[in-house]
Amino acid sequence: MKIFRNLLNSVKPHFEEGGKLQKLYPAYDAFETFLFVPDHTTKTGSHIRDAIDLKRSMMTVIIALLPALFFGMWNIGNIYYGALGEEAEFFTKFSYGALKMLPLILVSYIVGLTVEFAFAIYRGHQVNEGYLVTGLLIPMIMPISIPLWMLAVSVIFAVIIGKEVFGGTGMNILNPALTARAFAFFAYPAHLSGDKIWISEQQTIPDGVSGATPLADYASGDLVYQSHMFMDYFNGSMLGSCSETSTFAILIGAAILIISGIGSWRTILSVFVGGYFMGYLFNLWGANEFMNLPPHVHLVLGGFAFGAVFMATDPVTASSTNKGKIIVGFLIGIFAVLIRVFNPAYPEGMMLAILLMNVFAPLVDHYILEANIKRRLRRKKA
Amino acid sequence: MSDKKEALFSKKNLKLVKDPLDDNNPITVQVLGICSALAITVQLKPAVVMALSTFFVMCTANVVVSLMRNMIPSRIRIIIQLVVIATLVILVDQTLKAFVYDVSKELSVFVGLIITNCIIMGRLEAFALANNPWKSFMDGFGNSLGYALPLIVVAFFRELLGAGTLFGYPVIEKLGLYELGYENNGMMILPPMALVTCGVYIWIQRMRNKKLIEEN
Repeated sequence: MKIFRNLLNSVKPHFEEGGKLQKLYPAYDAFETFLFVPDHTTKTGSHIRDAIDLKRSMMTVIIALLPALFFGMWNIGNIYYGALGEEAEFFTKFSYGALKMLPLILVSYIVGLTVEFAFAIYRGHQVNEGYLVTGLLIPMIMPISIPLWMLAVSVIFAVIIGKEVFGGTGMNILNPALTARAFAFFAYPAHLSGDKIWISEQQTIPDGVSGATPLADYASGDLVYQSHMFMDYFNGSMLGSCSETSTFAILIGAAILIISGIGSWRTILSVFVGGYFMGYLFNLWGANEFMNLPPHVHLVLGGFAFGAVFMATDPVTASSTNKGKIIVGFLIGIFAVLIRVFNPAYPEGMMLAILLMNVFAPLVDHYILEANIKRRLRRKKA
Repeated sequence: MSDKKEALFSKKNLKLVKDPLDDNNPITVQVLGICSALAITVQLKPAVVMALSTFFVMCTANVVVSLMRNMIPSRIRIIIQLVVIATLVILVDQTLKAFVYDVSKELSVFVGLIITNCIIMGRLEAFALANNPWKSFMDGFGNSLGYALPLIVVAFFRELLGAGTLFGYPVIEKLGLYELGYENNGMMILPPMALVTCGVYIWIQRMRNKKLIEEN
């Protein structure tokens, strides 16, 4: 670390006031605070101080994402070799998937950070660290075969329209990672849904491989659920976006988030409860095969678990009151399953459900605050 | 009256045309007439036809109402304005149907809805009723240009990025971008992107024109 400190100290004068590169100070500041806990002290008023700042908490989220990321890499390789009909070692599969995912991650980070730095320098504010997590989330929720330029366009759209127009990190209404996916989904539907995109290099694989996700299969009625499938879905060896498939790996991430206090257990739990509840209602109705799917299966299919743990808990776009978190989470679960079952065009309802509830979260908060104020006023009168 | 001594293209009169183009744009600053702006900007052709129709209706209505301004009892002025606009719109509608039937089909109800376009009513109420015909004409001219400008810019980007064409001419295909793996952005055709494109237009406009930024 000392090397970095000395390096930073030696270039610092150029970026400070009067230096040659003064305009680029936000960029310098971003690197310095990324590597070291900043030594600024608060100048006015009193604040609650905590040793963990935004950058540190973002790193925790990244760590929580790693199990799902690594599983996704293995899964990509596993599916590829499975489709080829070849046996392969664990590491062959893993390194194949890692090599396939690396370009996506690189493009997401390079493009996204370029936009962020450009805005920070233009506006003269600090580079916000929110993109550290967003940049990793975006490739994780895209299909592996998405062309890189589409990914780049989606990232640019998400960062500019999803975030910067509202004033940057902390001001956005919608989750930027999901904004990117929603944009790609509606802009290039052929590359985000269907049965040609979930296996990497599918065109090189001989015919006869069905490439639809289980959700799409259930929606079209091609698949009938049997109870032994649950463990497969839970472990995640199925088709889907890069890292959304394994509920098991995601739950490890959830544990990290909850123990470190960064993700809200209220949100996570209520999303699952909401999804289960809606799945159960459909079970009672049972008008078609998809509705008859046992409710717990809904929770491990598609992006449900990933959305519940990593998207719905985004502190900026989620509800900020505890009661609100429960209400919003519950509604996310309900809408996700509702959209899945009722709209075959969108087999994955999680993305739309979360974006929808992102919009409503401030409203929910508003009424909870109002109710609280009213209650306390009444107490004062009595 | 001092109006009569004023030159036809005096600074004040020219300002009537220039103001709505930027500082007081009906769509991007006053945010009026948004619904039609969002609905017909998928392609350039209907957008241009719409802009021309509105141009005709607004200029003529402004002049007519301004000529009648001393005869109109203020109680029933709205209905009279509506009659004037409606007559003009029917003229436009019939002309479109007669000469460019396919475009008129594309525009469907939106030609009829020019009647309720809040920009036109707003100009009649706010300007034509209180000013002489020449000034009213200038005002109508400026405002319809101010309506046309964002409309055509938004339609340009939506058609180019969404369908890869301009006025139906396959620009992207001729440039050979499809062979490089480029694909049209299906989202640009959907209504939400009209809002976003319009928003970006407003954003850029406000970045250039600092007068528009409210103090708070």
